[in-house]
Amino acid sequence: MLTDLFEPQAEPEPAQYVDRPRAIEPGLSFGDKVFRHGTRAIGALVLVLTGSIGIFLGLQLIPTVRRYGLGFFTQTQFDPGRNVVGIASAIVGTIEIAIIALVIAFPLAVGTALFVSEYAPAGVKSILISMLDLMAAIPSIIYGVWGVAFLQGQLLFVARWLSQYLGWLPFFKVHGADPRGATFPQYRYELSAFVAGVVVAMMVVPLACSVMRNVFTQAPMGEREGALALGSTRWGMVRAVVLPYGRGGIIGGTMLGLGRALGETVAVLLIISLDFGLKIRILENGSVTISSLIADRFGDATSSQLSALLAAGFVLFLMTLVVNTLAAMVVSRSRSGAGLDV
Amino acid sequence: MSDPTVVVDRPVVDGPLSPGTTVVAPRSPEEVAADSRRPLSSRTLDDRLSLGGSVVSSLALVWLLYDNVLPFSGRLGFVLCWFAAFIGLYGGVTALSQPRPIVVDRTASALIAGAAVTSFLALGSTIVFTFAHGWRAIVHLNFFTTDMAGVGPQDSLNHGGILHAIAGSMIEVAIAVTVALPLGISAAVYMTEVGGRFARFVRTVIEAMTALPDLVAGLFIYAVLIVAFGQSRTGLAASLAIAITMLPIIARSSEVVLRVVPGGLREASFALGAPQWRTVWRVVLPTARPGLGTALVLGIARGIGETAPVLITSGASTFFNADPTTNPMNSLPLFVYSAVRSGQPTYIIRGYGAACVLLTIVMVLFVFVRILARQPESGR
Repeated sequence: MLTDLFEPQAEPEPAQYVDRPRAIEPGLSFGDKVFRHGTRAIGALVLVLTGSIGIFLGLQLIPTVRRYGLGFFTQTQFDPGRNVVGIASAIVGTIEIAIIALVIAFPLAVGTALFVSEYAPAGVKSILISMLDLMAAIPSIIYGVWGVAFLQGQLLFVARWLSQYLGWLPFFKVHGADPRGATFPQYRYELSAFVAGVVVAMMVVPLACSVMRNVFTQAPMGEREGALALGSTRWGMVRAVVLPYGRGGIIGGTMLGLGRALGETVAVLLIISLDFGLKIRILENGSVTISSLIADRFGDATSSQLSALLAAGFVLFLMTLVVNTLAAMVVSRSRSGAGLDV
Repeated sequence: MSDPTVVVDRPVVDGPLSPGTTVVAPRSPEEVAADSRRPLSSRTLDDRLSLGGSVVSSLALVWLLYDNVLPFSGRLGFVLCWFAAFIGLYGGVTALSQPRPIVVDRTASALIAGAAVTSFLALGSTIVFTFAHGWRAIVHLNFFTTDMAGVGPQDSLNHGGILHAIAGSMIEVAIAVTVALPLGISAAVYMTEVGGRFARFVRTVIEAMTALPDLVAGLFIYAVLIVAFGQSRTGLAASLAIAITMLPIIARSSEVVLRVVPGGLREASFALGAPQWRTVWRVVLPTARPGLGTALVLGIARGIGETAPVLITSGASTFFNADPTTNPMNSLPLFVYSAVRSGQPTYIIRGYGAACVLLTIVMVLFVFVRILARQPESGR
C-alpha cells in the first residue's frame, strides 16, 4: 500500500543487505584482457621484427671496422681483391645525387604546390591532386627507364652547355671533353650523377609537393581575405600569408624528399655507370651511391664483404633516419603542421 | 530629361496608386545603354594580350636566335630558353603600363604555372613514353599468356611473354600483404586503442623503420635467409623482403587513419556497456574502413613496384613458377630491369611492354583508391 512506503524505517537492515561501495576500477573483463594482451603481443612482435633489422645492421659495423679498420669510412675504393673496402666515394656520391635532385625538385615542388592550392581553377584542382598522387605511386623502375632512354638524350645538351659556360666552377667541369672542340664526345656526359639526380628529382617532386600542398591549403581563410582586402595582389597574398604559414611544411616536405632521394636505388643503378673515384664533377660520366654499390656487389660478396655492404646499408639507413626525424620535428613544431602527418 | 517627348521605359500609371506600389523613376535610353554589367573576372584585355603577346614574341625571338645566332642546341634547352625569354618579356611588357606590384604578381604567377606545367609534363611524358615503346609488345596476345621458357633473346615478339612475371608479382605481393596487413593493423590498433609507454616506444621504432631504404630490407633478408640459413633465392624470400618494407608503412598509415576516428563514437560504445575489444571490432575498425582500404591499396601499389628488394632476393627465371618456396620467381619490375639492361632490341621492347603492364596495374589500383576514398559514409 502507498502508506507503507512512507512509514519510517524503524528496524536496521540485516547485515547481509548493508551497502558496500562498488569497486571504482572494476578491472578488465576477460575479453578485454585477451584483446589488450593480444595486441600488445603483436605490437611487441612488430617491434622485434623491425627493431631487429636495425640492430642487426648496426652490429655489422663491428666486424667490418675490425676487418677493414676505420678506413672503411675514408677509403674511396671498394675493391675486395686488394683488401681495400671503403665507402667514402659512395657516401659523397649519394649526397651529391640527393643535392642535385633537391636543387631541381625544390622550386618545382613549391611552384606546383602553390599552383594547385592557390592558382588552379576549382574545377581542375581535384584532378591535379589525383595526378600528383599518381605521380608518387609510379614505380621507380619506370622513372629509371624513362630517364635513361628519354630524358638523358635531352639533358646531354644542357649538360654540355653547363660545362661550356660554367665549366670554371669545379663541379661543372668535365674531364676528357673539350667543350669548344669540333666533336661532341657524348659518352663523357652520359650516365652521370647529373642525369640520375634529375630523374630522382622527378620522384621527389610529388612527395614533397603533397606535404607542401596540405600545409598551404590550411592557411587561414581570414588572413588570406584580410590580405586581399588590403589590396594585395594574389602573389602578395601568397607571399604574406601562405608562404610564412607553410614554412614548416616547405622545409619538412623538402627533407622528406631528401630522405627518399638518399635511398633511391633502381633508377640510379640504371642510369649511372659505377665509378669509385671520389669526384664532384657531376656532369661527367660515372658516379656511385651506397645503394647502387650494394646492388652491384652483393652477388659475389664473401661473408666479410657482405657485412661491409650491410654496414654501408646501415650508414644509409642512419642518414635517411636523421633526415626524416628532422623533417617530422620541423613539421610538427611549426604553426601549420600541428595536425599533419608527414 | 529636358526633352519633353521622352519615352519612358515603363507605362505611365494613370489614376490613384494603390498603397504599397513602388514606382521606378523613368530612365532615359542613354541611362539604359550606360548600365552594362561590370566584368567580375579579374582578367582584362590588357592581361590577355600581354600574356599572349609575350608567349608568341618570346617564341619568335628564341626561334630566331637559338641554333642560328647563338651556339646552343637541343630541344630541352630550347624550351628552357623560351621560358626564360617569356618571363623577361612578360615582366617587361607589364612594366610598361602597370605598377611594380602587378609586375611582380604576373612574373610570380608565370613562374609558378611554369613549375606546375613542368611537373605534369614530366608525369605525362613518362606515361606516354612507356606506352609508346611498349605497345608493340602488348598488342601480341601471347605476351600475356606464355612465359619466356625456351625463347631466345632475339626471337620475335610472336613468341614468349611475361605470364611468369605477372603471376610472380601477384603471388609475391599476395604473400607480402597476408603477412604485413594483419600485423600492421593490429600494431596500429595497439598504438591507438591501448596506448601506454610501451606503445609510444613501439611507435617510435616503427616510425624510424619507415626510413629503411627498400634495398637494405632486401639485403637483410638476403643476408639472413639466403646466406646464413642457406635457403635458395625464391619467391618467398622476395615476398618477405616486400613485407618488411611494407610493414612499417602500413602500420603507420593505418595508425593515422585510426587516430582520426572520433572519440565520441568510442565513448558512446563504452557508455552502452560494450567491452573494448567489441568497441574496436564493431565501431572503430568499421568507421576507419575506407581509410584502411586506401592504405592497403596504396601499400599494394607500392609493393608491386618494389624493384630493389626483389632484385636481391629472388632470382630472375624465364619459366612459369607458381610455387614460391622452391625455384626462382620472376616479377614485373625485375623483368623490366633485366630486359632493359640486356641490350637486345627485341628484349628491350618486351621490357617496355612489361613496364606498360606494371604501369597499368598501378593506375588501376590508383583509380580503385579514388573510388574507395570517395565512398559516401553510410548509416549515419
